[in-house]
Amino acid sequence: MAREPIVILGTGLAGYNTARELRRLEAGKRLALTLVTRDDGRFYSKPDLSVALARGKAPDEIPLADAGEMAAQLDATILTHAPVARIDRAARKVVLEDGRGLAYGRVVLALGAEPVRPPLAGDAAGEVLSVNDLDGYRRFRERLDGHERVAILGAGLIGCEFANDLAATGHRVTVADPAPWPLARFLPEAAGRRLERELAALGVTWRFGVTAERVDRVDGALALRLSDGSTIAADVALSAVGLRPRTALAAEAGLATGRGILVDRLLRTSDPAIHALGDCAEVLPEGAPGEPGREGLVLPFVMPLVQGARALARTLAGEPTPVRYPAMPVAVKTPAHPVVVAPPAPGAEGAWEVAEDEGGVRALFRAPDGRLLGFALTGAHVKERPALARELPPLLP
Amino acid sequence: MSEKANEGYRRWQCIVCGFVYDEAAGLPEEGIAPGTRWEDIPDDWACPDCGVAKADFEMVEIAAER
Repeated sequence: MAREPIVILGTGLAGYNTARELRRLEAGKRLALTLVTRDDGRFYSKPDLSVALARGKAPDEIPLADAGEMAAQLDATILTHAPVARIDRAARKVVLEDGRGLAYGRVVLALGAEPVRPPLAGDAAGEVLSVNDLDGYRRFRERLDGHERVAILGAGLIGCEFANDLAATGHRVTVADPAPWPLARFLPEAAGRRLERELAALGVTWRFGVTAERVDRVDGALALRLSDGSTIAADVALSAVGLRPRTALAAEAGLATGRGILVDRLLRTSDPAIHALGDCAEVLPEGAPGEPGREGLVLPFVMPLVQGARALARTLAGEPTPVRYPAMPVAVKTPAHPVVVAPPAPGAEGAWEVAEDEGGVRALFRAPDGRLLGFALTGAHVKERPALARELPPLLP
Repeated sequence: MSEKANEGYRRWQCIVCGFVYDEAAGLPEEGIAPGTRWEDIPDDWACPDCGVAKADFEMVEIAAER
């Protein structure tokens, strides 16, 4: 067994889960482990940010452990406030921005994803916040303090979850999105429309088919000018238009990247000493990173990274273990009308069968031969998830 | 369920994704009856939202969701 340290870059869920899984394995307990983060290294559950207001939690009440506690728990060295400058693959060293070099046996890239910033004109464009981590969430809550009107750009997962949390705690929320209904990338129309109505009943105002073009400060408030010429007046503006895997560090080190950092089923990049998982990674179902024309799965959700961390820990501990993805339904944290969706694979042949009753929507995506390939459940129907998930084919067998 | 039987039910939260297991409610759709104590859930049970093991849950007090 190699004695060289494993260096994990990132202390989000992907980084900490990999460390935790590694320490559960006999062979993984003996490996030297260093985690590096540019923030303070507190461990928290990112999905918790979406429900913190309704649960009455201040930002500092969300973390479950600080970096010192995590270091003790994981028997690891954790370097906080330590941004990485580059990876020197020839010298097998991670170089920090402060000039320190960390020798590595293997590196795990758990870098996460970056919020996409929509192009916005106007003198207050810089005041539009995005929430992608606890620090960003703290800034959002500081700005929110004492204010009522919130504009959200983007009716995807984060946009809908924040809209629910804010509206449920007495805020006046307006959500704008170019799509025709919420979660349009995942949900068939009937399910999206149901969520739209249920959140509207909670007080959310929707503006579909529009993008924001400029943000100005007018009479002390934000004025968001939309593509149809109308305006949203708000005290706080939040952008949640999407995430982009963080690939720059890998690309600068000469590793193969696509939409994400390309890895094979062993979560190896084009350098076998460097792995990647979680929101920064693009997992190739077959083939190797660097082969032309390969495209993989970019799945910025918790369940794929849990699967990834488990497999990668075994691989790092000396037992090469390909990552397997079962069907992985995504739960949308909209307590006013919960949603669970297992989207069919892109390009899958089939059609939605939609049923709706007072409890919610039950939409099943079936292949021409009747096999279940995906589903979307809302409201009371989310209870059917376990039974339906068992019918779905695995994403990566 | 009587008041008495209802006493002392706890809620457990997945430390990875925030999923909450409420002992009083159970998870009937997964075959876990209402009132099932955390100790009585099998060790190989996994979080329905994110798939982490039972060992990655912890007990927390959470205010009621609105």
